[in-house]
Amino acid sequence: MHHVVVERWSRGASPLHARDARAKLLVLLAFLIAVSTTRPQSQGAFPAYAALLAVAIIAARLPAAALVRRAMLVLPFSATFALITWLGGDPLRALALGEKSFLSGLAALLLIATTPLPDLLRGLESFAVPRPLILVIQFIYRYLFVISEQAQHMRLAARSRGASFRASAGALGVLFARSWERAEGIYRAMLARGFDGRFPAFGAARFRPSDAAFLLLSALAPVAIRIAL
Amino acid sequence: MKVIDVRGLRYRYPDGTLALDGVDFDLEAGECVALFGANGSGKTTFVLHLNGLLSGEGSIEICGMPLKRETLPHIRARVGLVFQDSEEQLFMPTVLEDVAFGPRNLGVPAPEALARAAKTLEQVGIPASHQKAPYHLSSGEKRRAAIAGVLAMRPEILVLDEPTTSLDPPGRRDLIRLLAALPQAKILVTHDVDFASSLAARAVFFERGRIAAQGAVEEIARRFNWRSQPVESRDRR
Amino acid sequence: MHIPDGFLSTPVWAAFDAGAAPAVGILARRAQRDIEERSIPLMGVMGAFIFAAQMINFPVGPGTSGHLVGGTLLAIALGPSAAAIVMTAILAIQALVFQDGGILALGANVFNMAIVGVLAGYLPYRLLRNSAGIFLGGLASVLASAGFALAELSMSGIPFPPRILTVTLTFFFVGAILEGAITLAAVRAIGRLNPSWVRNTNQPAGRTLVVIGAAALILAVAGILVASTHPDGIEILAPAHSPAWLHAPLADYQAHGVESPYLRKAAAGVAGLILIYAACLAAGRSMRQRSARPAPCVSAGVNPDQHAPRSG
Repeated sequence: MHHVVVERWSRGASPLHARDARAKLLVLLAFLIAVSTTRPQSQGAFPAYAALLAVAIIAARLPAAALVRRAMLVLPFSATFALITWLGGDPLRALALGEKSFLSGLAALLLIATTPLPDLLRGLESFAVPRPLILVIQFIYRYLFVISEQAQHMRLAARSRGASFRASAGALGVLFARSWERAEGIYRAMLARGFDGRFPAFGAARFRPSDAAFLLLSALAPVAIRIAL
Repeated sequence: MKVIDVRGLRYRYPDGTLALDGVDFDLEAGECVALFGANGSGKTTFVLHLNGLLSGEGSIEICGMPLKRETLPHIRARVGLVFQDSEEQLFMPTVLEDVAFGPRNLGVPAPEALARAAKTLEQVGIPASHQKAPYHLSSGEKRRAAIAGVLAMRPEILVLDEPTTSLDPPGRRDLIRLLAALPQAKILVTHDVDFASSLAARAVFFERGRIAAQGAVEEIARRFNWRSQPVESRDRR
Repeated sequence: MHIPDGFLSTPVWAAFDAGAAPAVGILARRAQRDIEERSIPLMGVMGAFIFAAQMINFPVGPGTSGHLVGGTLLAIALGPSAAAIVMTAILAIQALVFQDGGILALGANVFNMAIVGVLAGYLPYRLLRNSAGIFLGGLASVLASAGFALAELSMSGIPFPPRILTVTLTFFFVGAILEGAITLAAVRAIGRLNPSWVRNTNQPAGRTLVVIGAAALILAVAGILVASTHPDGIEILAPAHSPAWLHAPLADYQAHGVESPYLRKAAAGVAGLILIYAACLAAGRSMRQRSARPAPCVSAGVNPDQHAPRSG
């Protein structure tokens, strides 16, 4: 599955992997905002943004082709709306739509491919993202693949019973039941290890001067492109 | 010295099922005992009482401390429960944080808890798993990580519920070696008689919420015909 | 329908982000205070379930099948506020990990699916408390989410020629009916296994909740209609076609000669913002009512000995 590849990427070693998650998040935001506010007429800006991403991919020592292929998953959706816009009589805007969504998707992928999710979540937490939400995200991600595997089994079971609407509903019901029981088991295991209703925190990593320097330089680049081109 | 002293434990589930019907049980420091019995005989319900996850009638004393609401945090630190499904026990995003979860709940500061977790992972033989997500561990590694999560709380009693489930033979062998090296008193809830006999001297047999008999592991296994292989030729005639 | 980055114009995504962030904050704080952290593993695992449930296909006719979206099912099982947090978490994972839906567009997606989708799905169920309510909930949930997404895209200047809009709407309707049917079938299947999992609340629906839910539905439909009559999305705010409460402040803008489409779009964003606050206010209120009931929590009343070893 794709996620396994990305997760392996995220645990790599490179100057970009070494940067603090908060710095990378802010740089991504700067990039996304610059791209989003670029006018369709400023076509010169898009290759420049792409060049920035190319530099980042090289710095992250990631396989460029695989990364780009994954980022292209957004294209069918974009293409549909680009086509609608084209038919609506605005080809330039249609082009910009495709460019913007692809570049944005690639940039977001670059973040998750260089930052393990736990680090990213800790970074988000220091940006005042509510803790319960962070914890729910953490739990979903932890059990996503466990329950997906069960869902695969259930899907096969439903299919072997002749692929009817009813069989699928039954499979869904069983999957729900198992998930609910699993949640109870998890809660019991948490209590057994002294959980008292408050999740222990482990603290975020230190924000180093090199992270600040990276943040400043990398966030300025897309902004400069946005203004200059 | 007794580390567990249970007298007259009774427990009825909200649906009315009587799960425990007067259980008396004790465990000496450093002792290892196996709990046998059919599914639904009350073994798991019993061990869930030992650190207060369920509470029935009767008295439970852990290391001389009566189990009450006030003593619960202390008792949970002393009795380490390792559940059958490691997937449910390893709920934190990384193995290291999972193992540090218990110590953090005991009030150990984060850096110290993480250091303790790293040391415990070394002790159970998976030192390289720190930053891994639990999902990426093998079943044997998951079991070790789950045991580490409990050991990091420095318990005096270890309770393992079906610890050999989903382990391959080498994994099972490694688990025996690991457990044999741990000084804690141990309770093994298991169907695996060979596993039990390689670690425990005493076995307790549960039947319909009561302790039907106890004695040497081999003796109990023979008496209740509790091995998965069919009994030898004399029965086959 | 997840909106990726690059589609929404700056005022639209900015307004929805600015609105959704505090809304989620309030919901989460109430979740923390009212449902207690004990329910976090439950919310997380049920979120993973919703993700995984999308792998189970429901065959409908030759060669076609659908799958559960899940907002209504979650609202029925966990209550609307917890469901909104779970859906928000799912959308965040989809945006961050799977590049499914944009990051700047996250606020809009959260608004469409986690806030409006959950509320619109929960309301009919809570009002009717029967199979029809569950079916209508699933239907309304998808319809409202999709309607808002369409309106936002339209507001961002993506033109929808009538013919394309007709096709899109047909898809939405089929999807909405399917979601209603799947949700109903799933709730029944779950109820057969353990009725307490799909909790039946015995409290009357809060009036605010009803108002906001109805408003969300009407606005979603209005969004679709406006989009259909105005291929150029900027025109969405033309006074003649906007609901009355949008009309007044915008007429004001025009009276003062503010003709810039940018400003008008910003105004649209502000309108969205107000709506979000109203929605989260309602969610908050419903949350407070829920706190009177026992929280959806892990019950100790399961017989662990009866748990068969689960296949992995």
